[in-house]
Amino acid sequence: MSLAKPGYVRPLDLKHGRIDLTHGAGGRASHQLVQEVFHPAFARTWTHLQDTHGQPWQPGSDDGAVLPMPTNLPAGHRLVLATDAHVVSPLFFPGGDIGQLAVHGTVNDLAMMGATPLHLTASFILEEGLPLADLVRIARSMADAACEASVAIVTGDTKVVERGKGDGAYLSTTGLGWVAPGVRLSGAHAQVGDAIVLSGAIGEHGLAVLSQREGLQFESPIVSDTAPLNSLVHAMLGCGARLRVLRDPTRGGVATTLNEIAAASGVGMMLDEAAIPLQPAVQGACELMGLDPLYLANEGKLLALCHPDDVDTLLATLHAHPLGTQARCIGTVTEDPLHFVQMRTAFGGCRMLDWLMGDPLPRIC
Amino acid sequence: MKYVSEFRDPTLARRLAHKLVDAVQPGRAYRFMEFCGGHTHALARYGVLDLLPPQIQMIHGPGCPVCVLPIGRIDMAIELAQRPGVILASYGDTLRVPASRQLSLIRARAQGADVRIVYAVDDALALARAHSDREVVFLAIGFETTTPPTAVALQTAEREGLRNFSVLCNHVLTPAAMHAILDQPEHVPLDGLVGPAHVSTIIGTRPYEVFAARYHLPVVIAGFEPLDMMQAILMLVAQVNTGRAEVENEFTRAVSLQGNTRAQALVHEVFALREDFAWRGLDRIPHSALRLRPAYARFDAELRFGLHDRSVPDHPQCLCGPILRGQRQPMDCKLFGTVCTPDNPMGACMVSSEGACAAHYAYGRHRAHTSTTAAPTESTPT
Amino acid sequence: MCLALPARVISLDAISQSGQVDLGGVRKTVSFALLDEVAVGDHVIVHVGYALSRLDPDEAAQTLALFADLAAHHAQDAPDIPSVQGPSEGGA
Repeated sequence: MSLAKPGYVRPLDLKHGRIDLTHGAGGRASHQLVQEVFHPAFARTWTHLQDTHGQPWQPGSDDGAVLPMPTNLPAGHRLVLATDAHVVSPLFFPGGDIGQLAVHGTVNDLAMMGATPLHLTASFILEEGLPLADLVRIARSMADAACEASVAIVTGDTKVVERGKGDGAYLSTTGLGWVAPGVRLSGAHAQVGDAIVLSGAIGEHGLAVLSQREGLQFESPIVSDTAPLNSLVHAMLGCGARLRVLRDPTRGGVATTLNEIAAASGVGMMLDEAAIPLQPAVQGACELMGLDPLYLANEGKLLALCHPDDVDTLLATLHAHPLGTQARCIGTVTEDPLHFVQMRTAFGGCRMLDWLMGDPLPRIC
Repeated sequence: MKYVSEFRDPTLARRLAHKLVDAVQPGRAYRFMEFCGGHTHALARYGVLDLLPPQIQMIHGPGCPVCVLPIGRIDMAIELAQRPGVILASYGDTLRVPASRQLSLIRARAQGADVRIVYAVDDALALARAHSDREVVFLAIGFETTTPPTAVALQTAEREGLRNFSVLCNHVLTPAAMHAILDQPEHVPLDGLVGPAHVSTIIGTRPYEVFAARYHLPVVIAGFEPLDMMQAILMLVAQVNTGRAEVENEFTRAVSLQGNTRAQALVHEVFALREDFAWRGLDRIPHSALRLRPAYARFDAELRFGLHDRSVPDHPQCLCGPILRGQRQPMDCKLFGTVCTPDNPMGACMVSSEGACAAHYAYGRHRAHTSTTAAPTESTPT
Repeated sequence: MCLALPARVISLDAISQSGQVDLGGVRKTVSFALLDEVAVGDHVIVHVGYALSRLDPDEAAQTLALFADLAAHHAQDAPDIPSVQGPSEGGA
């Protein structure tokens, strides 16, 4: 006769197992997910953290994470909070996956405020039937991305929905950061005459995801540009350029983002189409599918509006950073009571660049 | 990109613009209709309108198959999509066109109808093969460019013995629409026609000869790129100046006199002419649209599902009709930019990216208003 | 009418009447059922997944030459005309 081993729980089958409804119920199975998937994956993101006693920080199993504030922050600093949700389908696409997007998205939201990111939370809404191997892959991706951005994933939550009620996984991350006194970036701060700088080629993330769905193939594959922009922003803030606005052109693309800024600041804009960095393969795919790259999502690019005298300094700083090598000045802020964003076409005419209307449905005619 | 980039060269564009300035006679107005929605879109998107001298006015024609699809036909598609067991497959362009009862295909989808966007008719065939327990209906729209692919798909369905595939056919014909524009009682004075690019690759240049002969109207078939369009407009100006009325072909690299005879034969095998067909904005036009031949009757969604065509009027203040006929411009419509925007379209001209209203809203509303009666106010290129 | 692009044929399958085309490094599978003859290396116009017509390279070259010819002709004969600078700011 054998006695059941006290406290024994059969480990999750991370190779062949699947998420089922017990994993979201808050019981032992949920606990296992945390202990066997999330903690092992995220542990390397908090190795630099210490608790209030100077000991290596551990997450514990409480409802919230208690974290000491860094001691070396400048007087007059402010806290910044940002949140992001990701529902991308497919979960894994050329150049990235939903895990990376979830980390980069919130890190970048903080960076666009000029903030240094500190900690992230991670919420998962998982669909019944999701392979555990996929979840492990996503968690490891998140950890890699977090380490690259020097940010810790310290707490989170998991829920499970019935099969058919979700696209595999939905992720949401919230980030805490701090911003130095004197850094005041806002979409409402653009001034007439400001230069509009774009950090690199556009349309890659949107196309990488769409192309999976549409079965396009590429000679050299279009990969998502998803990347953490906080180190680039740090360099930009330190180069002396008078920055007014930082914004990452995600859903809706460059066109929508610039329209948002124009409306918030009460200005117009004039862009130069020939100056906009664009890979030939992205252009070709957009032509084939009837899409405009200016409306496609970017997950590793930023727009910066600065004083016109500081453009060269800013561009030099961008060019010196791996994520800014293709940076260009693409236009100017103008006086315009109607807040139109216009563009001089490569062809020589002028057109408006309006907000994105609806979804970019590929057109036939 | 070969055959694309060279035809968008800005240096050549500036030189063609010079040539146009040279060619127009000072006191004279030139009113040209670009029939094809793709041309309307290209003129706006590349800013070609900025490079034309003020004497030239471009009037938008009805060559946008989404724009001319009557509300009643979309109602039919929505009704089908709402039936249990039906998957309605449609090109993306048609999804947001407003129909009756505040519905559109995309709103019907939000309410539970199974509507799928397809890029190609073959995707609809694939859906039929994959879902043998469902009825897959393909919403076919388009002029002569888009009809041959539907014909091939129907022949494929025949060959494979597909039992759950059908087509709701709304294919229409360019020459018939051109006649309707030129014959309409409220006469729209025109000096020339820019003929469609890709329709002409299929039908050739011969069908346009009647317009030159009967209406004494110059016709130039233009390619799809902005330089093609400028060149074609230049050729029209030259014809007007010398009193000629001929069919000329600027798009010689893809269009011949006889067109694509293989595609024409395939279409003839599968489709027959309808007696007449209601066009949004143009009323009923005889022999202007196609239906499936009796041999393909089982693939005809109208017969298969016992559907009846109902005529549904447009919103009373919607000017899509007169705009499609070339009598009015988008800015003349009270609803334009106020109630009617691409986000909340009242009429088809605002939904389709090739509709005159959508093109003007998206690309051109920074330009001063011009009406059909007043002289254009665009400044001369300086 | 309609979105149709010139693309280069890079592979053909006579049995299925389909093949791959390339536009600026993007590849897509299309049907050649509407064309009598097509060869690898040809350029075709593609619309909703079908090749509609072959592009004639000689005619294309002639058309381009026509644009340029007119430009040369104009430079010779025309009186001095200020160069086109594009639209004024604000699009008035």
